[in-house]
Amino acid sequence: MRMLVAMSGGVDSSVAAAAMVEGGHEVIGVTLKQWSGPDGRLPTAGCCTVADAEDARRVAATLGIPYYVLDYREQFAGAVVEHFGREYLAGRTPNPCIECNRTVRFGALLDRAGELGCDGLVTGHHARVDHDGTRYRLLAGRDRAKDQSYVLHMLGQAELALIRLPIGEMTKADVRAEAARLGLRTAGKAESQDLCFVGGDYRKFLRERHPESARPGPIVDLEGSVLGTHAGTAGYTVGQRRGLGVSFGEPRYVVGVDAATATVTIGRRADLAVDGCRVAGVSFVSGVPPEQGAAVSVKVRYRSPAVAATLWDAAGHYEVRFSESQLAVAPGQAAVFYCGDEVLGGGTIVEPA
Amino acid sequence: MAPYLGGEFGNPSGMHAVSRRAKDAIEAAREVLAALLGAAHPLDVVFTGGGTESDNLGVAGPALAGGGRGGVVTTEVEHPAVLETARFAGRLGCPVRFVAVDRFGRVAPEAVAAAVDGRTRVVSVMTANNETGVLQPVTEVAAAVRVAHPSVLVHTDAVQALPSLPVGLDRLGVDLLSIASHKAGGPKGMGALVVRGGIDLEPTIHGGGQELGRRSGTHDVAGIVGMVAAVEAAMADRQRFVSDIGEVRKRFETTLVAAIPDAVFTIGDDADRLVQHSHFRVPGVGAETLLIRLDSAGVAASAGSACHSGALEPSHVLRAMGMDRRAAAECVRFSFGWTTEPGDGDDAAAAVAAAVEGLR
Repeated sequence: MRMLVAMSGGVDSSVAAAAMVEGGHEVIGVTLKQWSGPDGRLPTAGCCTVADAEDARRVAATLGIPYYVLDYREQFAGAVVEHFGREYLAGRTPNPCIECNRTVRFGALLDRAGELGCDGLVTGHHARVDHDGTRYRLLAGRDRAKDQSYVLHMLGQAELALIRLPIGEMTKADVRAEAARLGLRTAGKAESQDLCFVGGDYRKFLRERHPESARPGPIVDLEGSVLGTHAGTAGYTVGQRRGLGVSFGEPRYVVGVDAATATVTIGRRADLAVDGCRVAGVSFVSGVPPEQGAAVSVKVRYRSPAVAATLWDAAGHYEVRFSESQLAVAPGQAAVFYCGDEVLGGGTIVEPA
Repeated sequence: MAPYLGGEFGNPSGMHAVSRRAKDAIEAAREVLAALLGAAHPLDVVFTGGGTESDNLGVAGPALAGGGRGGVVTTEVEHPAVLETARFAGRLGCPVRFVAVDRFGRVAPEAVAAAVDGRTRVVSVMTANNETGVLQPVTEVAAAVRVAHPSVLVHTDAVQALPSLPVGLDRLGVDLLSIASHKAGGPKGMGALVVRGGIDLEPTIHGGGQELGRRSGTHDVAGIVGMVAAVEAAMADRQRFVSDIGEVRKRFETTLVAAIPDAVFTIGDDADRLVQHSHFRVPGVGAETLLIRLDSAGVAASAGSACHSGALEPSHVLRAMGMDRRAAAECVRFSFGWTTEPGDGDDAAAAVAAAVEGLR
């Protein structure tokens, strides 16, 4: 088959491309240019730099496949960067990787794969796709520490039919060993955690792009007493402990962010606990919602374990009821529902409930 | 050029016999190139590391000469080698103006002349556009500028024009002229700036003072000899090139329109353009997708310009011509050259038609 591989210049997608070549497929490698500085050049730090594209190009050459850099800046700016700013301004904590997957990688790029005459799209995500005889299933990656199924929860049957995730069965160590065996220059490359368009400091990015994010306001406790001031709610996330600018004997955490009144509410660790949350924009991988009150496990943050919960359809959104109260459930983050290894679906947390 | 990659390894700046032979080879090549490009004296030829470097020296050299901050007037559609050099001069304090173009990307001589003032030191207008192939009225620009400001120097980037137009200082009526070796089929990474005698240039590369201090750095002897041989051959072959390649391109465009009636040529017959260029778009078909499909079919075409990473950039040339973003992102460029065979025009058009059919 003819397959399009999204190559970031990292080791995972390098090995994904190699696996497709070894599998006998006709492979085309592409890197998405998603962001550029004011001078139109690729950023020099973050996840999609000129050097990353050069690494991907070199890996493609080593594998003997054609390689292109595609310009997705317009889609990325509109769907991901705008969303990122808007969510922070509204007092929420967005996950731009999820928006990028939804609109760019598994949206526009998946369409592009078809236009280029490809039968499918391959990425280096640590997750697995299988088919149980009736439908496609999205499963957590074999390497639990690297599992990326959380950021893929929006995929449905139509997408999964076209997607291959060849490194989902491998551990990160396997991936690096394979890259080294094949002589790929990304074998020992460090992982980038930064967002390409933010370059390390998201507060600075917000201040520059959205000066209104620097609107000062009060820091209050749960009783409403003013304890101090802050320089803009966009700098605060529910569950955040550091950088509050007020000190107490006992640690204090952000327990609420209200952008409308520019108020940051802080409280004790116990005050972070919530029994459930409301989730909007929910989709299910199978296309079929589970029955009312289905027992699931749910992840409310990327890097935290799934916890037991029940799931309730509440007409227009879903209610998640945790079996044990959870700390720091941040509006804007995704709630992703699992049954064991299998991703059932997910959506965006609106508010604790 | 082969001997200078092997046994004739002398550094032309040395004192011994091997060096002298290398030096002689360079100076003989310099005499040939000076004659070909209309320089009064061989030392009016400055060998550089390519067209970009020639443009840097051709624009910043006069503007910054003698520690000055002379003004630069150029057009919005120049190659980045000129545009970025003009901006660089601007950052150093030189007054810089970019003159707008018409919908075919041509600048009006009177518009350039009107942008020149008492502070202007150099005007730079390309001979032919590297993206669309459209020709600029360089001779008329130079004449118009000199009417009011006789001391202003006129530079032209003739890189793209070399194989098919009669380029030279006198032929174009300019004071400084940039060429690049690879456009004549010579080795890449070689170029030259030809200047009228007596023009003071601030060097853009500093060092040991080679090329009369105008361009330091050890000479690429083989590159220089190879470039001059290629330019000489290309200029001798120009008439044949124009008629043969022009024919292939005509076949390409005729066949293309027959297969894709809604294809839009950017310049077409509406303005003078290079014979070896065809620049067009297929409405509704993005350039990126079309070029990748063509690459898979073994056809090497390009779009406006590529950035450092290789991604296609929105073309500043097409934007300056007033083309909207979407249309600009559909434009592709085919160029034909010495390796082109008579049937290539038809074959390339058929490949485009097949790729487009797969996308519609």
